[in-house]
Amino acid sequence: MAYVPLADRDHEMEMHHPHSWVEKYVWSQDHKVIAIQYGSIAVFTGIVGLALSLLFRMQLGFPDTATFIDPSFYYQAVTMHGMIMVVYLLTALFLGGFGNYLIPLMCGARDMVFPFMNMLSVWVFLVSVIILMASFFVGGGPTGGGWTLYPPQTNLAGTPGHDMGIVLMLISLGVFIVATTMGGLNYVVTVLQYRCRGLTMMRLPLSVWGIFVATILALFAFPALLVAAIMMLFDILAGTSFFMPAIIESGTPLDHNGGSPVLFQHLFWFFGHPEVYIVALPAFGLVSDVLSVHARKNIFGYRMMVWAIIAIGGLSFIVWAHHMYVSGMHPYFGFFFATTTLIIAVPTALKVYNWVLTLWEGDIRLNAPMYFAIGFIFTFIHGGITGLFLGNVVIDLPLSDTYFVVAHFHMVMGVSPVLVVFAAIYHWYPKMSGRMFHSGMAKLHFWCTFLGTYAIYLPMHYLGFLGVPRRYYALGTTDFIPQSAQDLNTTITIAALFVGASQLLFFINIIWSLRYGPKADPNPWGAASLEWHTPDTPPSHGNWGDSLPTVYRWAYDYSVPGAREDFIAQNTPETEEPTVDEQHFDPDQDKSLADA
Amino acid sequence: MALAVVVVLLVVGSVIFHFTQLYGGPWYFTDIAADWGTIDLTINITFWVTGFVFVVVNLFMAWCVYKYRQKDGHKAVYEPENHKLEVGLTAFTTIGVIAMLAPGLFVWAQFVTVPEEAIEYEVLGQQWQWQFRYPGADGQLGFADVSHVSESNPFGINPEDPAGQDDVVVNDPNMHLAVNQPVHALLRSNDVLHNYTVPQFRVKMDLVPGLVSYLWFDPTKEGTYDILCEELCGIGHFIMRGSVKVESQAEFDAWISSQPTFAETQSMAAPNIAAGQTAYAICATCHGAQGEGNSALNGPKLAGQDAWYLERQLKYFKEGVRGGEGDTIGSAMVPMAMTLADDNAIRNVAAYIETFTDTPAPTTIAGDIENGADIYDRNCAACHLDDGAGTWYTDAPALAGMSDWYFVRQISNFGAGIRGLHPNDNFGEQMVAMATAMDSVEEINDVAAYINTLR
Repeated sequence: MAYVPLADRDHEMEMHHPHSWVEKYVWSQDHKVIAIQYGSIAVFTGIVGLALSLLFRMQLGFPDTATFIDPSFYYQAVTMHGMIMVVYLLTALFLGGFGNYLIPLMCGARDMVFPFMNMLSVWVFLVSVIILMASFFVGGGPTGGGWTLYPPQTNLAGTPGHDMGIVLMLISLGVFIVATTMGGLNYVVTVLQYRCRGLTMMRLPLSVWGIFVATILALFAFPALLVAAIMMLFDILAGTSFFMPAIIESGTPLDHNGGSPVLFQHLFWFFGHPEVYIVALPAFGLVSDVLSVHARKNIFGYRMMVWAIIAIGGLSFIVWAHHMYVSGMHPYFGFFFATTTLIIAVPTALKVYNWVLTLWEGDIRLNAPMYFAIGFIFTFIHGGITGLFLGNVVIDLPLSDTYFVVAHFHMVMGVSPVLVVFAAIYHWYPKMSGRMFHSGMAKLHFWCTFLGTYAIYLPMHYLGFLGVPRRYYALGTTDFIPQSAQDLNTTITIAALFVGASQLLFFINIIWSLRYGPKADPNPWGAASLEWHTPDTPPSHGNWGDSLPTVYRWAYDYSVPGAREDFIAQNTPETEEPTVDEQHFDPDQDKSLADA
Repeated sequence: MALAVVVVLLVVGSVIFHFTQLYGGPWYFTDIAADWGTIDLTINITFWVTGFVFVVVNLFMAWCVYKYRQKDGHKAVYEPENHKLEVGLTAFTTIGVIAMLAPGLFVWAQFVTVPEEAIEYEVLGQQWQWQFRYPGADGQLGFADVSHVSESNPFGINPEDPAGQDDVVVNDPNMHLAVNQPVHALLRSNDVLHNYTVPQFRVKMDLVPGLVSYLWFDPTKEGTYDILCEELCGIGHFIMRGSVKVESQAEFDAWISSQPTFAETQSMAAPNIAAGQTAYAICATCHGAQGEGNSALNGPKLAGQDAWYLERQLKYFKEGVRGGEGDTIGSAMVPMAMTLADDNAIRNVAAYIETFTDTPAPTTIAGDIENGADIYDRNCAACHLDDGAGTWYTDAPALAGMSDWYFVRQISNFGAGIRGLHPNDNFGEQMVAMATAMDSVEEINDVAAYINTLR
């Protein structure tokens, strides 16, 4: 039987329309509801992570003032903050939240290909969060072994949470990976199989490309973490020695022999480095769309942007050991990994140039989402170039394990993606809620977040140059750290508290506007991509009413000469508006998967 | 508009901030003390390349935001691609990356190649102390393994290996090096990952249990530098400190010849308990004939305490490391310790005290046991063990069954900085930091009350 694309079998497909409130909002199979569930759980977890960071910043900025922060709690807070932010907030929010909401809408599909599995994904994710949070309430508390969970330290008596805490952490990660896999297969299959007529791969918005490639990375990278977690659980619970050499615990030799702690690090970072891009690529995609829409200009160098996403995704699997230059692995690896790491800077830099060139000769509307998008370019340049220091193996010798590393990765995968999260939420909020947010409050939120985070992290790099080690409960006395370093730490903490508090502006704004915000125009920014052209706002279950849209052009027809408006919707036929640049975006010349 | 201005201000501000730190500011690299100027040079090259990109791209962006902000009658230019520009930018970026990577790889090749004239020494990390070993006259370190580790052989040197007999062992966290003599540090751990870092030497490397890692450098400047652990190694990570003294070859030779060899540490004569008993007579007044302690005379219980701990404290009193300024009660011990003529006399007394029958000291402190248990399990048990027995391995004395009032006084002294901050107290500063886990006298009492249940 000949292959008929899913979009052409729309009349055969049955929507599982909900029959009750519970089916609609709790056990929902609607990708949009699932997206909001995913996002809400992730943000809730993120608030816990943020609160933890403010607590341990209190200890660093004002030592021994918050008396309940003892060394044990400090390490637990640092550990849980890291893991929550990287995995349970950012990964879940970008893939489960934005991926779920935007992929079907931007692909002109009615839903994900497997809606039931999609629903399972979010509830399994919730289970993983509950297991994670449970570790705060067990004897010994959550693990304090650092978010990298390096054995043998994490499961030895000298580390907080070495008994139940680490076990729960590993189980939670395992459950999370199950959830991500169920969601991830959905996103990939939906992008490949459920695009509407005319929507070739090279006509997809970059948001979809970013999330699509990030999901593929997740499907390949998370298994490495899963096996590492299972092997470590065996070491702890069954007495195996995968990661445990012959060692001594508190003066007593342990019954382990022959394992390798470095093996764990390889497995962890084989996941951990692609993980950086699992967070970054969706952010790259989303910010590209926000920039293009509000600059009223097509994204510059679309095809190069797509290939850069793919190249970065591929390269991200062969750079992992740059996290391990001083791990005691064979030092010759340094040559290879420094080279691959610096090569990855080339496609990444090109993306930055193209974002800036999108602004060039544009007609820039400085709406709230645009503030965040431009702020992102600044913080991402900063975080990117400090990566060139750490990636260049010899420079890592003095800087590894200092505050420079902390400052670098917070700029590049903390502040930058979070600015994109805010840009994206403000950008799509009118579509998701049908209401407008308060623009002034959103801009105030931008200024507090953007300037506040720079006040935190710029000086932190210099603590790293100075040589202040990370993961220190207290600096103690040294000859080379001047007293003024403590003053700098105090300043950083004040800035952190300010940034933390200013996030209230965001929550007040989006919750208040949900009810009291003015009704939004279906396409308030004048965007060309499909999700802004649904028959209903917010889109109803099934997204497209009676018939699926047909796409005639790419997602970036802004300010096309001769067009009636300064944008042309993707589903506007060639007969009504000028065609896109045929040489570049003619679907007949596009050899992408849709034509297979 | 405001955004463009702010971006310009941030770029200018960042550059100014950087140069103020580069030229005399307090928050930049410490003065280098090893022959790794090439690393600093690579950093400078990277700064110039990336700094250029940071300034140019951001200023261009700010200019775009200003110039192409929305205006009536203004329309964006439709230009999907610009092949020439994209190729040019790719080439430019590639050249920049090569300019940074090439020197980096060149210097890394130096780092991984240890010169032949480099002399070996060993760094041993364990929770949460540094120890060091130097090869003896044979220039060779003896084989070592965790299975041989014991209180008298903390390095786990194989006693059968002839190469290990003349190894010089340093059982405290202070090491020495001769200036301008390249060294090859072999790094080993008995338990978890650690990281051997001296900021002034610029290089660092993890210590990994189960294998031997290395680094090398050529110390070029005399002075004493801090050794820090920079790989999270458990709750005591932040207080795992040591020092390295770089000095002239003659001074180094004098120092190393004063350190015991492995063979010497293994063949020490058994302590003379009878002599210890004689010397103890003066102690009995305050500490009791059986070392049972006497709170009225401020004499803590000694019976049941580990000999290595008693020896160390007696030396500290003798050398003025303990019982100095502020410690009015402890100062009474200084003249007492002076009556012990030498290290052997100290060993004898400690050995005699070990013969006492250990009955738990009377309980004198009441407190919230549950809170005490929580604090103890979270912060103290890592070194002093769950049962409060202490262990030589973490340099932690026994707490269970000892005088509770003495515990309270000592924690207060640590907290107040009266004890533990003397520069020669290699182990006390850890307790100064850990004492912050107890915020008040009440909490110290709580912990004491909990320890009273561990007997």
